[in-house]
Amino acid sequence: MSASRLPRVAGLLALVLIACALPFVMSNFRLFQFSQVYIYAIAILGLNMLTGYNGQFSLGHGAFYAIGAYASAIMMDRWNIGYGWTIPVAGVLCLIVGFLFGLPALRLEGLYLALATFSLALAVPQILKYFEHWTGGSQGIVLNKPNAPFGLKLNPDQWLYYLTLGVLIVLFWLGANLLKGRIGRAIVAIRDNHIAAEAMGINTALYKSLVFGVSAAYTGVAGALSASVIAYVAPDSFNVFLSVTLLIGSVIGGLASISGAVFGALFIQFVPNWAQDISKAAPWAIFGVFLIGFMYLMPFGIAGGIRLLWIRATRSRVPQEGRSAVPTQAHTTT
Amino acid sequence: MDIFIQQVVSGLATGGIYASLALALVMIYQATDVVNFAQGELAMFATYICWTFLNAGFPYWVAFLSTLAIAFVGGVVIERVLIRPVENAPILTIVMVTLGLLVICNSVAGWIWTYVQKPFPSPFPERPFKAGNIVFGAHDLGEIQVTLLVLLCIYLFFRFTPLGLAMRAAAHNPVSSRLVGIRVGWMLALGWGLAAVFGAVAGMMVAPVLTLEPNLMGGVQIYAFAAATLGGFTSPGGAVLGGFIVGVVENLVGTYVHFIGTELKFTVALAMIIVVLLVRPTGLFGSTIVKRV
Repeated sequence: MSASRLPRVAGLLALVLIACALPFVMSNFRLFQFSQVYIYAIAILGLNMLTGYNGQFSLGHGAFYAIGAYASAIMMDRWNIGYGWTIPVAGVLCLIVGFLFGLPALRLEGLYLALATFSLALAVPQILKYFEHWTGGSQGIVLNKPNAPFGLKLNPDQWLYYLTLGVLIVLFWLGANLLKGRIGRAIVAIRDNHIAAEAMGINTALYKSLVFGVSAAYTGVAGALSASVIAYVAPDSFNVFLSVTLLIGSVIGGLASISGAVFGALFIQFVPNWAQDISKAAPWAIFGVFLIGFMYLMPFGIAGGIRLLWIRATRSRVPQEGRSAVPTQAHTTT
Repeated sequence: MDIFIQQVVSGLATGGIYASLALALVMIYQATDVVNFAQGELAMFATYICWTFLNAGFPYWVAFLSTLAIAFVGGVVIERVLIRPVENAPILTIVMVTLGLLVICNSVAGWIWTYVQKPFPSPFPERPFKAGNIVFGAHDLGEIQVTLLVLLCIYLFFRFTPLGLAMRAAAHNPVSSRLVGIRVGWMLALGWGLAAVFGAVAGMMVAPVLTLEPNLMGGVQIYAFAAATLGGFTSPGGAVLGGFIVGVVENLVGTYVHFIGTELKFTVALAMIIVVLLVRPTGLFGSTIVKRV
């Protein structure tokens, strides 16, 4: 097992090193874009846990992203709390809100949960505008970009880039441990057959609400980071299309996959930029076409496609070792 | 009291729109077990087609009926081309496909007709209708009539025609229907076509009130969801009644509960959906579907 893990670990380290080197070769604007990619990746990983691994729909994860962003922005703006503290607080807040939303969601299956979360996504901008005293209404809240601490010689964009990268690595490491272990197997078992899972002694109600909470917490942390990186929050940036964007990233990256979150984030960050040159409406048309196309042609997303190619390549070369390369978990969508 | 009656009537008028869209959702749900998240956007697209006809100088009702015909064909084609390949796929896949359709419709409409709001004419006279001290908008009354007419037609169609019977059979029990010679696939496609027609009616009736733009149906759709949930996704009659109830409740809450007003419209719908799902997940008139494990 350790021999087959070695190339993977080496590859991951190389990727992290490249990511750390980017600030020395790229413009601030590009760094800003990559910070966005990391933020989206965190949010999509949260969504993947819920929809991909646990099989619960959420068409409304933009709501948790908004809660995280606004919690962080309000703490910074009103109470002058350091941005570093607001990120974990936003995460914990979303954990609680997500857990509470997950409780009624237990009774809702499949489509009904999709309906409820979709309505949540539609309602969020209105709710944000309504509590004008806290949220600044439709004007939103303007924030300052934080400077690098400890006298580091980095400009704000570079520092925020490293911050998001650091949070990304920590959260992905935690997430991978969670999903690959005993708890992760329970989560997947609930998705594949919840009655069988319950018969094996898994507390499905507790696990499902917990997954909802953890998923919301990931997305909330992403939202809090985005408040610092963009230095501005406004209700209309958290509309229903944000939720759909996250879902599209999740599907295109690969639903039940950890690396898929990064591919999905790259897709939703960069494809619209290129498409914008064609027309203002083109990014969404392309999103829609890709979404439907992936559902027909590559239901396991980019990550699933790469895994398939990898299995095929290793199998044809060394047939007797090929078996160990086959993933132990069945990566299917429900 | 006068204000109350006025608000109830205009609530019934918007309720009629919700009822039409909810009926479209329920028809598709019954036939294929899918909630079509793109239903509202398809309706918006149809309304733009009608606007194009009107702009070209066609009389209103000619444009109206041609739009319905185009919507029907469009619905059938979408079912055949997009939905049929994923018919037996997991729910998530189908939901994704309809979401894809939603964003495509929305962006293509913005692409063709721009995001500028367009006024949309009402076919009914502008002069309000007075009964004593109470003033009714003519468009409100016309809307209610059109909705009731559509409902009557659809009732007669499903109750008294062989095709309607075949469609009901196909939705109810596809396997047995196939055995007696009903072409189930085509019945489902016809269901999508009819649903697109109801959606188009709702769109063309609501557009004069809200003015036409690509995000026209967002709010209507969430209320149609609420209506269908309230009435029950398995009961067409319930969904229609749900539509009227939701419309009246929305109007009364907006008038009398001041801290809500119109600013929290969507939140009211969200609250309704969640409460119904928690208290009575099958809706008022829905039947529980028992599954064998």
